[in-house]
Amino acid sequence: MNLMTELTRRDRVFDFLAPTQSPVDVRHGPILYLEGVSVSFDGFKAINNLNLTIDDGELRCIIGPNGAGKTTMMDIITGKTTPDEGSVWFGSRHNLLTMNEPEIATLGIGRKFQKPTVFEALTVFENLELSMAADKRVLPSLRSRLAGEHYDRIDEVLAIIGLKALETRQAGILSHGQKQWLEIGMLLMQKPRLLLVDEPVAGMTEQEMERTAELLTGLAGKQSVVVVEHDMGFVRSIARNVTVLHQGSVLAEGSMDQVSADPEVIKVYLGEDD
Amino acid sequence: MAHAVNYSQSWLTRPFTERSTLTFLGVLLGAVALVTFLNLAMPQDSALHVSTYTVTLMGKYLCYALLAVAVDLVWGYLGILSLGHGAFFALGGYAMGMYLMRQIGDRGVYGNPDLPDFMVFLNWQELPWYWSGFDMAWFAFIMVLLAPGILAFVFGYLAFRSRVTGVYLSIITQALTFALMLAFFRNEMGFGGNNGLTDFMDILGFDLRTDGARLGLFIASGIALALGYIICRAIVGSKLGRVSVACRDAEARTRFIGYRVERVQLFVFVVSAMLAGVAGALYVPQVGIINPSEFSPLFSIEVVVWVALGGRATLYGAVIGALIVNYAKTVFTGVMPDAWLFALGALFVLVTVFLPKGIAGLFANLGKKKKADSPANSGTEQEAAA
Repeated sequence: MNLMTELTRRDRVFDFLAPTQSPVDVRHGPILYLEGVSVSFDGFKAINNLNLTIDDGELRCIIGPNGAGKTTMMDIITGKTTPDEGSVWFGSRHNLLTMNEPEIATLGIGRKFQKPTVFEALTVFENLELSMAADKRVLPSLRSRLAGEHYDRIDEVLAIIGLKALETRQAGILSHGQKQWLEIGMLLMQKPRLLLVDEPVAGMTEQEMERTAELLTGLAGKQSVVVVEHDMGFVRSIARNVTVLHQGSVLAEGSMDQVSADPEVIKVYLGEDD
Repeated sequence: MAHAVNYSQSWLTRPFTERSTLTFLGVLLGAVALVTFLNLAMPQDSALHVSTYTVTLMGKYLCYALLAVAVDLVWGYLGILSLGHGAFFALGGYAMGMYLMRQIGDRGVYGNPDLPDFMVFLNWQELPWYWSGFDMAWFAFIMVLLAPGILAFVFGYLAFRSRVTGVYLSIITQALTFALMLAFFRNEMGFGGNNGLTDFMDILGFDLRTDGARLGLFIASGIALALGYIICRAIVGSKLGRVSVACRDAEARTRFIGYRVERVQLFVFVVSAMLAGVAGALYVPQVGIINPSEFSPLFSIEVVVWVALGGRATLYGAVIGALIVNYAKTVFTGVMPDAWLFALGALFVLVTVFLPKGIAGLFANLGKKKKADSPANSGTEQEAAA
């Protein structure tokens, strides 16, 4: 009997028969793999044969002039936009093009939008509580009670984002930078494998930028982080690997020094680099 | 650091650990007990005697207060401005009215043991199918909950699934109650047309015209308000309550972190409609009539004004608003009937301008000031001591 069940287990026969909700497979290195992706809107090629690989635990910065396709690329990864051609893989097992937005989110890809949206009427603690991975149907939410391990998890994230002292304050009174950190914390509550962060330091003060840089570099290693950013100083302070996008495809890739010495990049940015 | 909410508490017992809820329940039940005592124990000619007329008037106010709490639950915490909650109130009222009609039996003007008077008058030969069962109290009382609940479920399911929110939803709720009013005005509907249901005699075997039954209904209204308040507090104090607030303030974001916003809205909306139905059911035997005017859009808007005056998203504010406005209405319509709508309008404008958080906001401000004062005072005392 045991032998029979062993033999009929679908995932033991062929890899592709395995249920798709299996954990993300990163044995082969990359956690995110985009190959030959193209998408056009009304004839305008927003993404043109884009190839990009993000390793597990890596912190990658993506820079590029306006209209280079940075946001469209994020949209493709999170399932908001479907590309015309190409393939997008999460680990070596999950084909993201066959999944919808909530499925991709539950798989462990968290996205932080440019403008911070937190629940302003709720406290910092409650914002994190609602974001916690849990049964989110109506009646379980009604009956929900926090246990010790939930408090621990929230405390852990509060410590990472540095808002422990403000946990009982309403999120609406936080500064712009603190709201950004809270939102990153809300993403962290769902234990993502990959974080996509869109222009995190826009509108931040110098100190807030430093804190954000610390926060993001601290996250790398435990999860992969992809940051899209305009601010060159900020990119230089956090990035080990930089990808430059231009007209929908990769123009250059490498360390910040390599990239900023690249004549092609200098031409595209033409003095925008400080 | 101390949280304002105990997140580890069961949702059912949490309301009883909240000071504001206990205070509210204490004041409410204390007032009900006091009125009961003054009505029963004080001699008729004593200045402290509360007449049965006043008791019934207060019972009516308590029903309005429960309706206001139901509206505050969806408006204050879920951000759904329902301009049609009168429809659920009236449906609950009609369910109760149908039971009371059947209780009349053969004591009606026409003496027909099965048919209510208005059906005999319309030459109907037999009871319509939807009137069957209403001679049994338990069935009628279940329908008090089910009729508004099912309407709210169907309406909410369609509206929330299509993500109709904001002002559009308010307009549709308004249209809903207006459509029902027109329908109930028709004699063919079998609900008594524009005269509605009236001439009630007994409820659960007690004669409605006796003082005892009236006092009993007043006490029942007080208990219903207390229970409704506890249910609402249990919901808004739970994680579901916080999800509701999240839906109210950032719907897209709530959906993004994995909550089914339309289901949360549907659940809370249906609970609120049922509470409104109970309020209507207790209201009808106390005023002695239910007719389609309860469906009128104006009434539903008035309820929203009560909540706005009392203060949104506090629940007790809704109660205060309903009591104050209705008391003022009773006084005003007695003295200057024509001026009432102007007075209500003026009150609404004044509160919106000077007390944007309503009367409850005034209390909250006072409380905060007290808290802010006391550490400052102790600080200066310490300095003085040093």
